[in-house]
Parts: sequence; C-alpha cells; structure tokens
Amino acid sequence: MKTELLNVKHLKQHFPIKGGFLGRIVNHVKAVDDISFTIYEGETVSIVGESGCGKSTTGRAIMRLDEPTSGEIIFEGSNLLALNKRQMNKKRKDLQIIFQDPYASLNPRQTAGEILEEAMEIQNVVPKSKRRHRVIELLETVGLAAYQADRYPHEFSGGQRQRIGIARALSVNPKLIICDEAVSALDVSIQAQVLNLLKRLQREFKLTYLFISHDLGVVRHISDRIIVMYVGRIVEVADKTSLFEHPQHPYTRALLSAIPVLDPDRKKERIILKGDVPSPIDPPPGCVFHTRCPYATDRCKEEIPQLRTAEGAAGGHQAACHYMEEIQNGSMERAYS
Amino acid sequence: MTLVNKTAVLEIRDLRTSYFTEGGEVKAVDGISLNVPKGKTLGIVGESGSGKSIMALSILRLIFNPGRIVAGELLYNGADLLKKSEKQMRSIRGNNISMIFQEPMTSLNPVYTVGEQIAEVYQIHENMNKKQAMSKAVDMLRLVGIPSPEKRVHQYPFELSGGMRQRIMIAIALACNPDVLIADEPTTALDVTIQAQILELIKDLQQKLHMSVIIITHDLGVVAETCDDVAVMYCGKVVEYADVRTLFTAPKHPYTVGLLNSLPRHDVDKEELEAIKGSVPSPFELPEGCRFAPRCPHAAKICFEQLPELNKLEDRSQVRCWIYTDKWGQQPEVNRTP
Ligand SMILES: Nc1ncnc2c1ncn2[C@@H]1O[C@H](COP(=O)(O)OP(=O)(O)O)[C@@H](O)[C@H]1O
Ligand SMILES: Nc1ncnc2c1ncn2[C@@H]1O[C@H](COP(=O)(O)OP(=O)(O)O)[C@@H](O)[C@H]1O
Ligand code: SF4
Ligand code: SF4
Ligand SMILES: [Mg+2]
Ligand SMILES: [Mg+2]
Repeated sequence: MKTELLNVKHLKQHFPIKGGFLGRIVNHVKAVDDISFTIYEGETVSIVGESGCGKSTTGRAIMRLDEPTSGEIIFEGSNLLALNKRQMNKKRKDLQIIFQDPYASLNPRQTAGEILEEAMEIQNVVPKSKRRHRVIELLETVGLAAYQADRYPHEFSGGQRQRIGIARALSVNPKLIICDEAVSALDVSIQAQVLNLLKRLQREFKLTYLFISHDLGVVRHISDRIIVMYVGRIVEVADKTSLFEHPQHPYTRALLSAIPVLDPDRKKERIILKGDVPSPIDPPPGCVFHTRCPYATDRCKEEIPQLRTAEGAAGGHQAACHYMEEIQNGSMERAYS
Repeated sequence: MTLVNKTAVLEIRDLRTSYFTEGGEVKAVDGISLNVPKGKTLGIVGESGSGKSIMALSILRLIFNPGRIVAGELLYNGADLLKKSEKQMRSIRGNNISMIFQEPMTSLNPVYTVGEQIAEVYQIHENMNKKQAMSKAVDMLRLVGIPSPEKRVHQYPFELSGGMRQRIMIAIALACNPDVLIADEPTTALDVTIQAQILELIKDLQQKLHMSVIIITHDLGVVAETCDDVAVMYCGKVVEYADVRTLFTAPKHPYTVGLLNSLPRHDVDKEELEAIKGSVPSPFELPEGCRFAPRCPHAAKICFEQLPELNKLEDRSQVRCWIYTDKWGQQPEVNRTP
C-alpha cells in the first residue's frame, strides 16, 4: 500500500508586480497557476521544466518560504497552509530543502560542526551533550571526516559544501527533502558522487525526495515519477519509464528530443521548437503551449486542456493536451517540424 | 576521422599560460598542442578549472596581469600570433578569430541597442557609415534566426530572453565573417530546447560560412553532437585527444572513461553511478607524476613519480597515460578502488 506523504491541491502562486508612482499592483507573475500532485512515502518525484516555469516557486511554497496565493498543501494529513507560525516552524523538522548553491546557504563564519549543531538546536532534536557526537556521525554519513567539523565553508570544495548542506538537512531527521537544483552546479564526477549519496541516504533513512532539476539525465537517474511543468502549469506526470519511453505531451516530446545523446553516430530526430517561452505575466490563453506547439489548433487557443490519461497510455500517466490520441496515431498535421 | 588529417587553420604548439599569484604560479595552461582543422569543429572538454577558458583567451591574447602567456606558438595560417603587435591582434580579433562567451548578458553592453552593437563591428572594421552598418545588422539578426529583425535591432539586451541574447552574441561574433569561432560554454546557461536551437544554428552557419569552430564545454553530450575532434583537459594539460568517434567508442584515458561512466544517462538506467573518487587537486598542490593519479583506479608506482607524455597510438588518438606505454606491464597497482 502506498501512503500519501504530500498532497498539493490547486496551488497558485501569483506574485504582485507593482508599478506607477503610487506603487499600486499593476499585474501578477503567475509563477505557479493551479497545480495539483501527490507524493508517496519513500519515493522520489522530480519536477522538470525550463527556467522560469515555476519549479523553485513550487518548492518554496511547500516549505512556506513564500506564502502561496491559494491552494492546499496537505502533509501527513494536515494542511500546512492552515498552521500558525509556531506550528509551521515545528513542522519544518519534517521538511527540509537543499539549494543549488550551498555556499550561499552556509554561514561563512560558522564551522561545519557549528552549522550542524545549530540546526539541531533550532529543532531541539538531539540533547546538547550528544550533539557533538551526532555531528561526527552526520559528517561520516555524508562522506566527510570527523576532523573536518572544525573547518569553515570556504575550506571545502563545491561538492563537499553540498555534502554539508545534505548533512544539515539530515540532522533533524526529516521525512521529505526538497532538492532544488542540488547537483546542478557540480562537475559531473562530483555530481555522480552526490547523486549516489542521495540514493544511499534514501534507502538508509527511508527518505522521500522532491527533486527539482532542469537536467533530464539526472532526473531519469534519480526519479520514480516525473512532473513536467511549463509556464506555471503541469503538462505531464508519469512514472519515469513511461515518461521517457512514451511521452504524451508535445512539449515533453520536444524537451526529451532536445537532450544531446552521447553517441556521435546516432542522429536523433530532433523537434526544434520555434520561438521563446512565453512570460508568466500574461500567459497565453487556452493551452499555455499553443504559441510554440506544432499541432496547435483554434481550440487550443481557447480551451485549457486538463490533465488526463490518454487512451492506451499507462495508468497514472497523465498529460494536458487535447489531441494526445490523434498525435499518437499520426492523424494530426504538424505546422512545422 | 579528421584528427591531424586536414590542413589546420590554427595550430597551437606547446602553449603555456600562467597566473603569478601570491600563493605561487598557477599553470593554467600547461603545454598544450592542438590543431583546429579548416571548416571543422574542435571540442575542448574538462571539469571547471581545467584551463579551458584560459586557453581560449590565450588564443586571442586576452590574458592580463597577473596572467601571462609564458611560452608556445599560435600559428594562424602559419604565422605566429604571439609575434604580432597589439594593433595587428586587434584587427585579427575583429576580422579573423571571434569568441562568444557563456553569459551573453555580461558581454553585451546594456546601454546600447543590439543593433548598435552589431553595427559597431561594421563601422570599425569595414568603415561603413551608420546607415549601411545598421542594415547589415538587420541581415545578421535574420541570419541567426531572430524573428522580426527590423524591430529587434532597436531593442536593448535586457528586453531579450537568454536564448535571444546568445543569438545576438553569435551575430556580433560572426559579423566580420571570421575563419575561426571560439565558443566558450555557449549553451551552458541555456535550457535544453534553446541549447538545441543554438547548436543547430552554429552548425548551420559553420557550413554556410566555412568556419572552423572551437567549442568549449563540460557537457559530453554537446561534444558528441557537434565536434569532429575532441581534446579532454585535466589540470591544464590535454590527457586525451582523438576524433569524436574514437573518443566515444574507444575512450582510453582513465579520466575520460571515468567522466563517461559518471554521467547519468537519459537512455540507460543504472542503480549507482560510477563516480570518480576524490576531486580535482588545487593548482597549488598538483601531484607529482600523473595529475590524475590520486583519483585513478589503475594508478601504479610509476604514475606517482613521473608525468606521462601525450603518446600517439595506432588509431591516431593521443593519450597521456602510462598504461599505453612500454613501461606499463610489471607495474604493481597501488590504488585500486574498493
Ligand atoms: N518573489 C518573486 N516575485 C516575483 N516574481 C517571481 C518571484 N519568484 C519567482 N518569480 C517569477 O516566477 C517565475 C517562476 O520562477 P521559478 O519558480 O524560480 O522558476 P524555476 O525554478 O522553474 O526556474 C519566473 O518568471 C520568476 O521570475
Ligand atoms: N585571474 C586569475 N588569477 C589566478 N588564477 C586564475 C585566474 N584566472 C584563472 N585562473 C586559474 O586558471 C585555472 C584555469 O581556469 P579556467 O581556464 O577558467 O578553467 P575552465 O574554463 O576550464 O573552468 C584555474 O585553476 C583558475 O583558478
Ligand atoms: S492542447 Fe493543443 S497546443 Fe496544447 S499541446 Fe495539445 S495540441 Fe499543442
Ligand atoms: S598514468 Fe597512471 S595514474 Fe595517470 S591515468 Fe594513467 S594509469 Fe592512471
Ligand atoms: Mg529554480
Ligand atoms: Mg571556463
């Protein structure tokens, strides 16, 4: 039986844009515009999509680092958005977030050991007398050595700093860790080390991950299920194999086809999208993808497609496109290729 | 196969560029020899700090204090760029060898329209008047695939997306029809769909304009898709140099093999990635002998004592590793990974 850990319902995050000399709200950035998804205990769900599509905003909203405009974030049965500040701070023990740039999130004047002790103190998870011991244990868990507890962040390499960030997240025994581009800034050889570490920790501590990344190779490696976002909306959600082998949404198809392949002899059929990603300030009406979609019709310009399972697609594989079946069986004409 | 087979428009011979810092000399580029074949693409790969950008900047002689090109030859159509005057170099940078950088925002001037910035190239290097130059700018924007170029010439960099700005940079770099385009991480800051557009554009223009291209990247996928020859760099040195097919089908240097194995693949599932252990050494604490030895799963005694040469192998690839020499054989392995 799969147990729901997190259930995001109709989440919206519209950031106001102020303008004019009175500083009135003149418009909104619809960074996240009505998204819903579920994460089950022990799995890794990734959010992919191009920069600006709302991945980080979603992560920050779940942590309530920004207050969402509307929606519900149900974590273990209770709505986080209904908690008061004190209750929410207590809950933060169960939800941790790791960012791309560990340097920016580590206090340069604290040693690695002090950083970890402080995290434990805030959540009061380990009695004071045992904290030092726990610091050493955590450092070793993430592949650092005991003597490094007394070093400062600048004395570590990028990969090692990310390990400290991971140790800090682990120090409070969380249930869910949100990794926002956590390995994106690392060189591939170091990235592989950190990805292996994250997988091992997941097995050992039964962690659940929400993994945010624009790197589809990394996402395929780490995920059980994948959510594809485009301009603030979810356009497709599926388990990893189904998504990579049978993408349903034209955007997902284009995104996957754009990944360079490691084989110089394989000429891949590439769908080169025309134009640029539209602004989330005035997202296109109807299907948000219609301005670039090779299959778009007049209907796409007006009617918002809902997430649904296409005929013949795997259960749990959903996409938001009016014409999935027609595109699949080849009866839709492409306006360009 | 192209490696060392075609006439080279640019020959880099034993190039050495160092930074003289308080902590000591950083040999950022430490004796590199490469050929840029006419009309072909040379890829330079390696992790951050391996000396890729400094090598590119050295070719254009854009190295400033505390850095200095300390030795080598840069033969451009047979003549050594290191012997040219600064004035001659300025003309070469404007007319013959151009460069595009990773972050287009920082290399575009925010207070001029993109049209003015492209037109400037024609005004300076081809003595055109402003009107002629602007009309050439519109042509260039069209060439790099910018929609409604007549309108876009009047826009400022901040009004454009990252992908558009990179196209503008390419337009500026190509304005004078260079023989050699150096692209330093041209797509690293871009999303994959935009990356695909830009790489396609570079390939397309290369064929139209018969340019040679040097692509610098840390992304092996980009290399596989765009390059003819590839040099893998580690700590300021080339460790493997081969044509692209040989590099991907028969990688030889343990570092190259390690890089390929550590990549998560979007087309193959593995439970665990084969990471390279450890990290790149500090330029002030370079190991003696082979610089990869502390991380290499095959390292033997000799590896910690003597630096291997870049040796030519039968398939014409070049590898800097003791395994591919007569001295290997009886070497005891001392560093096997568990
Ligand atoms: N605090 C904010 N105020 C206004 N706009 C914001 C804010 N945070 C993010 N945005 C905008 O919301 C959109 C989504 O951003 P983000 O979630 O960071 O995207 P991603 O992480 O997918 O790259 C972008 O257009 C971004 O500029
Ligand atoms: N201005 C500088 N002063 C001192 N060292 C420098 C300077 N610029 C680059 N370096 C050193 O040169 C080496 C190569 O850098 P670079 O060519 O930028 O690497 P890459 O482009 O491969 O990431 C690095 O070790 C870097 O620290
Ligand atoms: S709904 Fe229309 S525009 Fe949107 S993805 Fe499907 S075909 Fe394209
Ligand atoms: S020379 Fe030795 S240490 Fe260096 S790559 Fe070859 S086997 Fe490894
Ligand atoms: Mg983000
Ligand atoms: Mg660089």
